[in-house]
Amino acid sequence: MISVQNVHKSFGDLEVLKGVSLDVPNGEVVSVIGGSGSGKSTLLYCINAIESINSGRILVDDVDVHSKSTNKDKLRQKLGMVFQQFNAFPHMSVLENAALAPRIVKKMSREEAIEIAKKELEHVGLGDKFDVYPTRMSGGQQQRLAIARALAMKPDFMLLDEVTSALDPELVGEVLDTLRLLAEEGMTMICVTHEMGFARDVSDRVAYFHQGVIAEIGDAKQVIGDPQNPLTQKFLSKVL
Amino acid sequence: MFQKMPELLNGVFVTFHVSVLAMLIGVVIAILLAITKMNNSKPFCYVATVWVEIARNTPALFQIYMAYFGLGALGIHLSPYVAVLSALVFINAGYLTETFRGGFSSIPDTQFRASRSLGMSSVQAYRYIILPQMLRRIYHPMTNQFVWSILMSSLGILVGMSELSGTTQKLQSQSFRTLEFFIVAAVLYFVLTKLVLFGASLLSRRLFKGDIG
Repeated sequence: MISVQNVHKSFGDLEVLKGVSLDVPNGEVVSVIGGSGSGKSTLLYCINAIESINSGRILVDDVDVHSKSTNKDKLRQKLGMVFQQFNAFPHMSVLENAALAPRIVKKMSREEAIEIAKKELEHVGLGDKFDVYPTRMSGGQQQRLAIARALAMKPDFMLLDEVTSALDPELVGEVLDTLRLLAEEGMTMICVTHEMGFARDVSDRVAYFHQGVIAEIGDAKQVIGDPQNPLTQKFLSKVL
Repeated sequence: MFQKMPELLNGVFVTFHVSVLAMLIGVVIAILLAITKMNNSKPFCYVATVWVEIARNTPALFQIYMAYFGLGALGIHLSPYVAVLSALVFINAGYLTETFRGGFSSIPDTQFRASRSLGMSSVQAYRYIILPQMLRRIYHPMTNQFVWSILMSSLGILVGMSELSGTTQKLQSQSFRTLEFFIVAAVLYFVLTKLVLFGASLLSRRLFKGDIG
């Protein structure tokens, strides 16, 4: 379970998160929507301890993420993260991309790591790309590689930061299908997304971020289909 | 002339030897200096800046004289080989620091972030993700620096080092065949640097398989 409790976060004078609370139990998919600069992505970075927080608390399976005594490298093994820019490692083949972290972080043997990497690459439909270098692949394929690379660490949670925003429109579908598959398999996910259809159909709950706070949160179909907060209504009328 | 060939080739070997060592040590120091400069950690950063500025803005000849005669005057007597080696290391490290710094900053932060998000420590992220990408970007500037080292080691002639130039100087003064010896030496330098460049390009093909911008 991920539990975000009254988190505040500032960059200099700019307060990006102004008291955010959010509980995500295991097996749930929560989509986070909202305008740019509303703090959605920052929240993911804070959960993954890539960014520090100013006050509040974030617990991942009851471990305080930002406590000094927490081993953050260890913690991040539980939290798979996929970014807007695909961030494939360009100097390694697809298979090496996915096998590296299991091998050097989890200290698996080469064979074991490769076996897991192959399995996860097949999982996202890249079973025929093992020896290809990422720069030779489409954005959609690179993004699926990033998902497989995160899955190869056997994370308990996936944090997805606008993973389709940098993709050509015709490539969005293949990545969303991959995420849909993960959701069906019961992966706990927090997806920052601009894909309202995906948010409505795949997630259990949707949270609408506005200027650093969660303005509305609730059942996915309700928030997207029948938003209660005027701010949410205004936002959705612009993007839908 | 030809019976002196073994002696000349021995000179080539010393030239090669001192340049390789100067390069290897220079690279290690340059990485440390580059990281220090990027981290902005105060006293060390100052040392790194002074090092880079002196190395890049004073003549190589001056460095060699400082290492040989300068330190000698202070009671630290280096052999010609060690003096030339330290001067070349000093200069290589200075130039390569800036090359490395440029190389580091050309790798997007997001690569580091992605590595850390997979649970890698920052040392692992540098070792497996950042450095390998950086090395291929600065590979060509590095081979240039290597060729430069080979050519600059010829200044060893001035402190009596028996590398290729020093050996040539000695042989021509014994035989008075000045032109012949220096032409042969020039050809040997040319062949040596061409071989080094050829070796470097073979090595790069083996090392760098994926393509990268």
